[in-house]
Amino acid sequence: MKISRFLKTIFMTDFIGGLFIAIKEFFKSKKTINYPFEKGKISPRFRGEHALRRYPNGEERCIACKLCEAVCPAQAITIESSQREDGSRKTTRYDIDMMKCIYCGLCEESCPVDAIVQGPNFEFSTETREELYYTKEKLLDNGDRWENILAANIKSDNPYR
Amino acid sequence: MEYLDLIFQETYKILFLLVPVLVSVAMIVWLDRRVWAFVQKRQGPNVVGPFGLLQSLADALKYIFKEIIIPASSNKIIFILAPIITMTLALIAWAVIPFGVGQVLADINVGILYIFAVSSLGVYGIIMGGWASNSKYPFLGSIRSAAQMVSYEVSIGIIIINVLLCVGSLNLSDIVLAQKDMWFVIPLFPMFIIFFISALAETNRPPFDLPEAEAELVAGYQTEYSGMMYAMFWLGEYANILLMCALGSILFLGGWLSPIELYPFNLIPGALWLIFKILFLFILFALVKAIVPRYRYDQLMRLGWKIFLPLSLTYVVLTASYLFYFNLLPTN
Repeated sequence: MKISRFLKTIFMTDFIGGLFIAIKEFFKSKKTINYPFEKGKISPRFRGEHALRRYPNGEERCIACKLCEAVCPAQAITIESSQREDGSRKTTRYDIDMMKCIYCGLCEESCPVDAIVQGPNFEFSTETREELYYTKEKLLDNGDRWENILAANIKSDNPYR
Repeated sequence: MEYLDLIFQETYKILFLLVPVLVSVAMIVWLDRRVWAFVQKRQGPNVVGPFGLLQSLADALKYIFKEIIIPASSNKIIFILAPIITMTLALIAWAVIPFGVGQVLADINVGILYIFAVSSLGVYGIIMGGWASNSKYPFLGSIRSAAQMVSYEVSIGIIIINVLLCVGSLNLSDIVLAQKDMWFVIPLFPMFIIFFISALAETNRPPFDLPEAEAELVAGYQTEYSGMMYAMFWLGEYANILLMCALGSILFLGGWLSPIELYPFNLIPGALWLIFKILFLFILFALVKAIVPRYRYDQLMRLGWKIFLPLSLTYVVLTASYLFYFNLLPTN
């Protein structure tokens, strides 16, 4: 036992074995990607930047039920609402403080009309805190910009909900 | 007038050596990071320039524009002097490295002794940096480094004696030419392995990077350094690693000699062969960095004093008796 261990130490078998493993791994394909130039696959359930969606006819989906405001654990959502001329209830203010938000996805879960959703975009860092205070206009704009992907994501995730 | 001419000539020669060495130090940092990343299946630096080759240049630019912070309680003169000494000593040793027959800056006949002396002085830069910082982690790191470098220099010295016994000269060019028939790596193979491991310890490379063990000592003697001064420590460290690789290839791998004296091989200039050998050794350095965990301090000391020292001393006796018995001792 002792002699075999001595020989193992003298001939550095473990070390040489490790060296060969290292050389083998050297030529294997890389597990990382060139991030800014190529991006990894994102699940349809990915909870990224928020967006407020519209119906195909351009009407806002949000009915100002304030469920998202109530469920938000970080209290990042602020909603004010009033009655419009046609009698429907709409939001006059829909703010999300993206610095408070913990991206839990509960607002999306609670929404009865699929109005507030979290899209696949995660690259929205800014240089000032003010820019991260999202207003209704910004959120609706996000919704218009990402609508195709958002709709596809919701559709593909639908069977599991 | 002749005197001025001589100065210009020498300066030209020095620049001709120094600039390639500095450029290759930058490239070798890139290579080190790249090999390390590849073994871990990462990409490594690959954005700046083709294959990320200019990464070190970008890093150097960043270091130049960073603020140099000198701690208020430090000994300022020594604090500034330490990285300068480290880098200077790492670079002046290159003066005696031969790149071919006569292609050497200073063909002194005690070249190996000169390299040994200069690399021993290298520890001063680290001790001065650690002491002048007036802070606990740099101090502990520099003490460790001093003990480590002194211990492993002993075994390196005795390994060099092995080679010198076979050559009979302290001139590095003579050492290379003595390997014309057989590289010393074949008869002195165990010494080559011990030299390689001691070189790892001598240059504070993993698994012997105890002076800068992050978990224990933050960054060791470099903790208080910033900006260009940190970069100079960095440059000195890698120039030392390159020097150790060059020394290894000159002592054991036949320096500028081609492996076989055959048609396609002896067309390649000797300097290129030396560079290939240095690169080979350096890639081994980088691979070792990727595969081994860090030694404990007492294990490090045990390896140096209780294993390498007796082994290399025994081998000196063996080599000497062999050469004496078969009457092979070099005569000059």
